[in-house]
Amino acid sequence: MRFGGLTAVRSVDFTVNSGEIVGLIGPNGAGKTTFFNCLTGLYIPTEGTVSYQGKVLPPKPHLVTQAGIARTFQNIRLFANMTVLENVLVGRHTRTKEGLWSALLRGPGFRKAEKESEAKAMELLEFIGLAGKRDHLARNLPYGEQRKLEIARALASEPGLLLLDEPTAGMNPQETRATEELVFAIRDRGIAVLVIEHDMRFIFNLCDRVAVLVQGEKLVEGTSDVVQADERVVAAYLGEPFEGDPGTAEAAEVEAAEAAAEAVAEDRTADAAPPSDAAPAADAEDADAESTEADSTTKGETQ
Amino acid sequence: MTDTTNSPAATEHGPVPLPRSLARLLIVVGAVGTIASTFLSWTWTSDFPGDLTVYGYPAGLQILALVGGALTLLFGLTLWDIKWLRRLNPANATSPVFLTALSAFAVCWFTGIAIAVDLGGLVNLDPGAYVAMAASALPVVGALALPHPAPGTGIRGYLTKPQLPAPGKASPLVDRIVITVGVALGLVAFSYGIGIDNDASETFIGYLLLLVFAAWGLMHTGLVDRFATAAAHHKGFASALAFVAAVIFPFTQGDDHNANVGVNILIFATVALGLNIVVGLTGLLDLGYVAFLGVGAYAAALVSGSEYSRFSGVHFPFWAAALTGMAASLVFGVLIGAPTLRLRGDYLAIVTLGFGEIFRITVNNLDGTSGPNITRGPNGITQIPDLDILGFNLGESHNILGHSLGRFANYLFLMLIVTAIVVLVFTRAADSRIGRSWIAIREDETAATAMGINGFRVKLVAFALGASLAGLAGTVMAHVNYSVNPQPYQFAGAAPPNSAFLLAAVVLGGMGTVSGPLLGASVLYLVPEKLQFLQNYELFAFGIALILLMRFRPEGIIANRRRQLEFHETGQLDVPAQATLSDDPAVTKAGA
Ligand SMILES: Nc1ncnc2c1ncn2[C@@H]1O[C@H](COP(=O)(O)OP(=O)(O)OP(=O)(O)O)[C@@H](O)[C@H]1O
Ligand SMILES: [Mg+2]
Repeated sequence: MRFGGLTAVRSVDFTVNSGEIVGLIGPNGAGKTTFFNCLTGLYIPTEGTVSYQGKVLPPKPHLVTQAGIARTFQNIRLFANMTVLENVLVGRHTRTKEGLWSALLRGPGFRKAEKESEAKAMELLEFIGLAGKRDHLARNLPYGEQRKLEIARALASEPGLLLLDEPTAGMNPQETRATEELVFAIRDRGIAVLVIEHDMRFIFNLCDRVAVLVQGEKLVEGTSDVVQADERVVAAYLGEPFEGDPGTAEAAEVEAAEAAAEAVAEDRTADAAPPSDAAPAADAEDADAESTEADSTTKGETQ
Repeated sequence: MTDTTNSPAATEHGPVPLPRSLARLLIVVGAVGTIASTFLSWTWTSDFPGDLTVYGYPAGLQILALVGGALTLLFGLTLWDIKWLRRLNPANATSPVFLTALSAFAVCWFTGIAIAVDLGGLVNLDPGAYVAMAASALPVVGALALPHPAPGTGIRGYLTKPQLPAPGKASPLVDRIVITVGVALGLVAFSYGIGIDNDASETFIGYLLLLVFAAWGLMHTGLVDRFATAAAHHKGFASALAFVAAVIFPFTQGDDHNANVGVNILIFATVALGLNIVVGLTGLLDLGYVAFLGVGAYAAALVSGSEYSRFSGVHFPFWAAALTGMAASLVFGVLIGAPTLRLRGDYLAIVTLGFGEIFRITVNNLDGTSGPNITRGPNGITQIPDLDILGFNLGESHNILGHSLGRFANYLFLMLIVTAIVVLVFTRAADSRIGRSWIAIREDETAATAMGINGFRVKLVAFALGASLAGLAGTVMAHVNYSVNPQPYQFAGAAPPNSAFLLAAVVLGGMGTVSGPLLGASVLYLVPEKLQFLQNYELFAFGIALILLMRFRPEGIIANRRRQLEFHETGQLDVPAQATLSDDPAVTKAGA
């Protein structure tokens, strides 16, 4: 995926199997959200394909959802002026058929479908614990509940794969733990989950497999232990000055200072990572910015 | 001026230092005085509109002053502990008394000043007018001596709505009575407004003054909320009653001209309601919407059997003409929508504006010289015959229940049926899967598509539905006006309907509601009609009014529950009301 000269995601081959919880981590700007946007058709990948259950998905968001991939957003995007229940009902759009005519004629089929939709939506609201607030406007919910509602809305489309973009951002520790439980409960419903998160404790508690994205490329993929032990991951997070880079010594100094600042900004994630020894420098990913032969094959696959 | 309310005594009395007993006496005495004054002569000559010269017989503005006085008296009396009057002002609030007093005061003083200005000098005022002005001022002073509604807020405290207990659940019977009374009052107010002579702009201004202040006061008592909740609980009953009231309306009018005004309001309102689907529900700013009305009108004119129609031999019955008009608008809507609806926001607005103008210009040119002869260009298609539905000729007067109903009254009934259909379509569509997807698109198009909504398709359905409803109204309009010509179907003009006025009717009334556009259309039609002297400044006044509206009530007169929250609550999506979690609220605010 390229934006002008910037390659945001490059050659990421990635598979999610059914019933799995997979984590996607990486420093800020690594291209995680962009990867999600490619999967769900919000961005049309410059190259590469997304396939789900063996079928290649067209880059159209509504068709992706129809096929069974639902998502939440990093910056909450609820329908702010609709009620909690209506938000979830909108999520059911792809699983219902009633068009304009049946809405105008209000036959028995329409009533039945509306009743069923409402029952399913209420069941989901019970599941995430917002049933009592069904008639509140989404905008008036507290932050944590808005995130939950977004998950419920995504679940309403009966997905086989759920993509969560930083579901615990802005939550306190209790809420984070509750979200953890929620994700497990979602998996128990037979839904595969792909989750982006900066909270390493959350990720390593939760995920069967973790992939690390750095500067648009997949660095490692494996179980929590493998990823935690990988020194390149630590280096990517803390930032490592290049060895033998063509720049002057001053540039290296500046980079080191920047890296230190970043480390402070990232302390939340850093404290979950093991202490780092001097690690070998990661590949010179900087070159990506000018890369022209990117071939980004993104795959979201279950079964 | 009145900001003396910070003193400790502020809770005892308002800016005017008078004891409560004296204040309420002043209000009642002033109100009675105002009522009495309307039976006196206010000026010596009948040159002033409404003839205010007769003793013992209120007329024109005097009637309005009488109503204002009566309202003041009514709410003044709630200050005494009279059991059944208490219900009119359950919170025992000061501001309703103040506002109703202001309504009478505004009418009386406006009349006095208007007489002096119109006829040239204070000498033209009869003693009655002085009595009215003096008497109507007393309740205002009295109300200002009552406890301030919100101490410390100055004069604004009187104008902001007091905290009211939420209207409790009442028995269905009481609810129905409330609805009936409300609808009846609405009918009376509406018929009176329409009935005001077109030359008597003074009376109409007085009417507007009374209406605004009285409605404001009633809102502060919670009576309007009471009506709204009752109507929401008994939707079917309320809409049926509103329909009945509209049917009764022609019988209250002696003059068929007023029925004509009624028909035009209904056409305007129906089209505004169709536009509300596009703008209010789906959030697509369509600046060329009036073209769909034009397409419907032209289609109906072409198949009406008029000898000036290109197909003069073709004479469809009304149902077929209506379907033709709707179908033509639908096709036109899809043709315009398909390429343009891929655009978002401002781009769409500009493109629809262009297409709207293209329609008008094309119709102008299809006159046989610049293009094929279909519409007869600027001459339009004239002599459209009256409709004949099941042997009932809408062009003739009919005698019903001893009341002679003219041509326009007949069309009013037809238009009422059309409006009812459009209202039904609007409410049913809005409350369904497709309606929810429209609102979702309006709220956040990206999220909506990510939830599986095919944005383009759903928007096209909204666009096409809105277009065909406008087309339906257009078919009736062609017959009501005897003719169609390209002139009215422009973006902005001095008189409705045009795209700017339609949009304004939706915004003024309240986007996304049913009653909003109906009310907005009535106001926007009646005000230019009755205030003829504004004719040259109409667009200017219109612009000023829009600016004021956006400043003071951006959600429109009748606020959609959602819109109201959107504009008046701090609870932004990204700044949730979660005081417990933020340890430093000041920082949170700054960050917002
Ligand atoms: N629409 C766009 N146009 C141009 N550049 C973009 C666009 N979207 C993302 N980018 C760039 O792509 C890169 C990856 O961004 P992305 O949002 O995917 O990062 P991220 O891994 O989600 O980071 P974070 O952890 O902060 O959410 C960034 O450099 C960003 O500026
Ligand atoms: Mg991101």
